[in-house]
Amino acid sequence: MSVNMINIYIMGKKYVVPDSLTIMNAIEFAGYQLVRGCGCRAGFCGACSTVYRIAGDYELKVGLACQTKVEPEMYLTQIPFFPAQKKEYNIQELKANAEQIARFYPEIYRCIGCNACTKVCPQDLKVMQYIGYAQRGQIDKCADESFDCVMCGLCASRCPAQIVHYNVGILARRLYSRHIAKPAAHLQKRVEEILAGKYDAELEELMTASKEDLRKRYAERDIEE
Amino acid sequence: MSYTPQLRELIKKVEATRADRVKKGNFRRMTMDERDEVLSKFHPDFIEASMRKLTFGVNRGDKIPHELADLIEARSLIEGLKFDLEKIAYDVDVLVVGGGGAGASAALLAQEQGADVLMVTKLRFGDANTVMAQGGIQAADKENDSPAIHYLDVMGGGRFENVPELARALTNDAPIALKWLEDLGVMFDKFPDGTMKSIHGGGTSRKRMHSARDYSGAEIMRTLRDEVRNRGIRVIEFCAVVELLLDSDGKAGGAVLYNMETGEYEVARAKTVILATGGSGRLHYQGFPTTNHYGATGDALVIGYRAGAKMAFMHTIQYHPTGAAYPPQILGLLITEKVRGLGAEPVNIDGEQFVYHLETRDVASAAIIREIKERGKGITTPTGMVGVWLDSPMIDIIHGPGTVEKELPAMVRQFARFNVDIVREPMLIYPCLHYQNGGLLIDENGMTAVENLYVAGEAAGGIHGGNRLMGNSLLDIVVFGRRAGRHAGARAKDIKVKKLSLNHVDAYHKEMEAAGVDTGGRVSPMLLPRYTHRVE
Ligand SMILES: Cc1cc2nc3c(=O)[nH]c(=O)nc-3n(C[C@H](O)[C@H](O)[C@H](O)COP(=O)(O)OP(=O)(O)OC[C@H]3O[C@@H](n4cnc5c(N)ncnc54)[C@H](O)[C@@H]3O)c2cc1C
Ligand code: FES
Repeated sequence: MSVNMINIYIMGKKYVVPDSLTIMNAIEFAGYQLVRGCGCRAGFCGACSTVYRIAGDYELKVGLACQTKVEPEMYLTQIPFFPAQKKEYNIQELKANAEQIARFYPEIYRCIGCNACTKVCPQDLKVMQYIGYAQRGQIDKCADESFDCVMCGLCASRCPAQIVHYNVGILARRLYSRHIAKPAAHLQKRVEEILAGKYDAELEELMTASKEDLRKRYAERDIEE
Repeated sequence: MSYTPQLRELIKKVEATRADRVKKGNFRRMTMDERDEVLSKFHPDFIEASMRKLTFGVNRGDKIPHELADLIEARSLIEGLKFDLEKIAYDVDVLVVGGGGAGASAALLAQEQGADVLMVTKLRFGDANTVMAQGGIQAADKENDSPAIHYLDVMGGGRFENVPELARALTNDAPIALKWLEDLGVMFDKFPDGTMKSIHGGGTSRKRMHSARDYSGAEIMRTLRDEVRNRGIRVIEFCAVVELLLDSDGKAGGAVLYNMETGEYEVARAKTVILATGGSGRLHYQGFPTTNHYGATGDALVIGYRAGAKMAFMHTIQYHPTGAAYPPQILGLLITEKVRGLGAEPVNIDGEQFVYHLETRDVASAAIIREIKERGKGITTPTGMVGVWLDSPMIDIIHGPGTVEKELPAMVRQFARFNVDIVREPMLIYPCLHYQNGGLLIDENGMTAVENLYVAGEAAGGIHGGNRLMGNSLLDIVVFGRRAGRHAGARAKDIKVKKLSLNHVDAYHKEMEAAGVDTGGRVSPMLLPRYTHRVE
């Protein structure tokens, strides 16, 4: 494949890079060794938030550096950290209702409906929507809608109401899972059996079996369809 | 980059056989002898020239991959630096090194024992392999399953070489670990009555793979991180441990910390130290692309070995059968095993099945390499990379429309970013470097041969023998993170650390010289890889 070189501007400084690279790889191609702004390199950790403009275009765009290809005449900078407030709580003692979230994050009611958070989300989440669910105490829906959040912080960086959306999201998910979703009865039962030592003898026996014997049992074990 | 017209032509062959393959059902599972054969002929671990023997230290005589040996046969990064070991910046009960799932679990349990805990981590808290795990976590919690059945699967997967006590701890603690996560508010996939949804994974005999959509690791990581923050545990980010400190009795007593941003060194004294620094995919064994996070450079192996801890199973590396081979921007990106768990099959250039889709990872990887190298049935991409298809569109046929989007949102999104629609188009895959099966050998409490030095998570070895099964690593980090944290936290109460030194590092250098090792100017640990993306 022939390589096509393009100009990009990292914090305003010009570099010539292959157009097939992601922003992250282009920064490294330019000679940087990243310390900040790089974590999983695969779109899961949210370390690599990047804002950019293409020369001549008014629109400010965002993306995860590891998941976005460079474009010609791209001016970019990373936002590896964004100050955010997080409430400390004991999840076991909380109540799963709107008042609970409102007590910790009252600023969610300052939302002016501009939808900047949704527009900016690199995961394409309906961020404003899930904040709306939180306002109305629909914790299950808030948990569901916010689920794919990688906590990159771009929503908070753009919010005129200064909401820290992703911290509302995780609170909702933990409240939902701990206090609304039903606990798994079969899991509870198995834990009790284990604590009562129900499997000890069987495990002990397996541990002392010979390798040949184990191999045979393994080959013959029945497999759930 | 969407599929080229040439690749689209080839996709037609996959489509042509699809209905038939779905109808015919599963491809035949290999016999034990067939497994042994494909492994020995095609698995990267069996390439003799990829390893060398260590000539000094506790693993003298053992073979490990060259890339790791290069770091073991290297001088300390801090050799010759002058700093005062009496100047203690942090004086704590338990020092947890690494902010992944194992480190977070350990920190929580250690603190529950009343210990003063400090966590340091190289990148941000949670920038780790844990956050990347998609597929799920195993635990034998269903009626037709038991810890003993799980145990047999673990041993079979591990080629029957696992340390039995560790495999028992893993499987018998599994439901306890899962319950702990459930109580902390991890959003597992469940039916309305609370029953956990669970499916098969490679090498499982029961459907015991639990998930949180395909963000299983992310959901576990962000919950544990939130809990660590809620409990006020001190965490220092962008702070790496570069060497352990031993006291005058040879017991672990702290570490040298390195500020990744300012370059400053500091001393932490601790009664117990837990290394939870994860794997080593970023060493790119045999030049393979990796699924691992940026900081997976095997630091614990290096500093632990210098301190006298033993490595186990470091001659076995897990290659994941389904790394992305196309588009080039996501080369090596992990395609979660859940894709195969839901029924998608590997298929060759002619649209034929060639391996049972749920073989263990080692066998599946070897079978894919065989299909390409021996049988010449791979698909060549425009960059010259060769792969086979993974037929994701089968999933909606088997489970109903919408399943791919509901169950695999991360995968759909990651391919859509580069214009591949996995609901309708198959993916192109090739095995990639995924997991360090071995690590520093631990006992049931997570302690190494060095007193008061613990290891938990991917950095530890022995639990999975020669090959880990999917879903047993997320499990392992919680089970052994908890065990190490509990033990190290409780034990710290009775410990008095004596005078600290780096004498063991000096002794290591001398031993290396005596063995006639040529370090070629190398220093370690590596801390971070360096990429240029240039074709030299
Ligand atoms: C893409 C991917 C998908 C996976 N999917 C699954 C799955 O579905 N199921 C499953 O069971 N397992 C899966 N695994 C494996 C599993 O996620 C990992 O093995 C496990 O999470 C490792 O956890 P850990 O806490 O030991 O290490 P990590 O989560 O990697 O954490 C290690 C931490 O230590 C830090 N660190 C490293 N060196 C230093 C140092 N010198 N000083 C200070 N800090 C340091 C790192 O930056 C990191 O934060 C997957 C792995 C990957 C990469
Ligand atoms: S580096 Fe993790 S999301 Fe990009």
